[in-house]
Amino acid sequence: MTASDDIVDTLSFFDSWEDRYRYMIDLGKEIPSMPDDLKTEERLVPGCQSQVWIDYTIKNNKFIFQVDSDALIVKGLLAIVMAAYQKKNADEILAFNIQDYFEKLDLIKHLSPTRGNGLKAMVEKIKAIARIKE
Amino acid sequence: MQNSNTPHLKHPGFDVEKVRADFPILSQAVNQHSLVYFDNGATAQKPNSVIDAISHYYQTTNSNVHRGAHYLSDKATQEFESARSCIQKFINAAHREEIIWTRGTTESINLVAQTWGRENISKDDEIIISTLEHHSNIVPWQLLCQQSGAQLKVIKVKKNGQLDFNHFKSLLSDKTKLVAIGHISNALGVINPVEEIIKLSHQYGALILIDGAQAMPHLILDVEKLDCDFYAFSGHKMFGPMGIGVLYGKQDLLNAMPPWQAGGEMIEKVSFEGTTFNQLPYKFEAGTPNVAGAIGLAAAADYLDSFDRDALADYENFLLDYATIALSKIEGLKIIGDNCEKASVISFNIEGCHSQDLGMMLDQQGIAVRTGHHCAMPLMDALEISGTVRASLCFYNTTNEIDRLCQGIEKAKSMLI
Repeated sequence: MTASDDIVDTLSFFDSWEDRYRYMIDLGKEIPSMPDDLKTEERLVPGCQSQVWIDYTIKNNKFIFQVDSDALIVKGLLAIVMAAYQKKNADEILAFNIQDYFEKLDLIKHLSPTRGNGLKAMVEKIKAIARIKE
Repeated sequence: MQNSNTPHLKHPGFDVEKVRADFPILSQAVNQHSLVYFDNGATAQKPNSVIDAISHYYQTTNSNVHRGAHYLSDKATQEFESARSCIQKFINAAHREEIIWTRGTTESINLVAQTWGRENISKDDEIIISTLEHHSNIVPWQLLCQQSGAQLKVIKVKKNGQLDFNHFKSLLSDKTKLVAIGHISNALGVINPVEEIIKLSHQYGALILIDGAQAMPHLILDVEKLDCDFYAFSGHKMFGPMGIGVLYGKQDLLNAMPPWQAGGEMIEKVSFEGTTFNQLPYKFEAGTPNVAGAIGLAAAADYLDSFDRDALADYENFLLDYATIALSKIEGLKIIGDNCEKASVISFNIEGCHSQDLGMMLDQQGIAVRTGHHCAMPLMDALEISGTVRASLCFYNTTNEIDRLCQGIEKAKSMLI
């Protein structure tokens, strides 16, 4: 089972929003924090309310992303995005159906451009990076 | 369920349940909870009388105005113009021509900046605004200053959210051509001393524009008494429809201003040799206007007028006091904008919690608040915060809803910290 399938499976198991949000917050906490000196303007993804940063390196054609946010739930959402994109090559990233993934998670509203949480911008940014390096 | 923190204040005896019955949207469930709508500062909900007025217009009257060719056009024109007279009376303007329909506060401010401003502002002039302003009362003046070379001066704000009045006085000079100030801060709810600001500005020969977007739902406006030169407001924040707003301007000023947007309605005669412009208020109303919007806004004004406005204000003050006391009991909660005159708006932060996380968790509990910078980034910078949670209340809200907010915050805190 892939990391993203695992998340779909676990989230579908919860009945209450409290359990879903606790799980998302815990996922966020598992991502290592980005060192403050890396949180620069260039790494900032323009979102509306919370700050989201992204950095990456490429190892053996696979992308190693480092992401962070100052809001816990957004960081949890980033962890969910990372489960799909982390350590994948450009083709895999571009082939992944993120809409479908967020539909299955019942989190699709967070991918709407109006949510202002930077998640949509983050996904677009990751795809743009993958396109350049394809 | 009563919160154990419930403060003991004297309820002014206002029948809120009767008022709530006028607002159909309030009785719905959101995320399996009954809706608590505390985002009135962003837009207020609409009473049945407003919804019915719009619906009735489209069912019985819809036609283009000022054409006079047939029965419906006459009827639409009559209702549209009587809406203008209704707003004139509602804000106590001297002439109906002083009421210019716009899309909202933002367009009203831009209209003044791009007509009066382009005609009257030049290189050595100064425009004064304040740190409290919404972006829509900042950026139009920044653009005007870029175009004209004029200077933008900004009144500082104290830590409690009040304007630094001494700093305002120190900025005034014979170079000041315009002071543009919000009546009530959208981010904090602080009420500015506009009467004094207007008097002082006039002493220096400056004109004054008031951004009244946040004031209209809470205060009784009398532009004659205030003696402001321009007053801008939106329909949707005062229980009217979206897409309609008003620019009030003194008649002599409006007459002297050049037109802005050009098109139908605003012309008197068009030829390729030269075009002459229509008289007030049509000079500033190019194109087919928002007729249903104007009629809906008049219905909103009538709705507010159907109450004893002082009783509404008393009840909102009671809600503000109740919420302030209840929220202050939450550990780590800090209210931004306190110990000053305020509308029923509470902006706050909780130590260790991001405002967006709080907002998302309150949403899950059916509670609608606004989070973030509230389109007032310079204010957030001045207060050294990245944003706040804003609960903006109005007369259809209840103490029970405030208790729900407090419980919702405690729940969010227990999950976030």
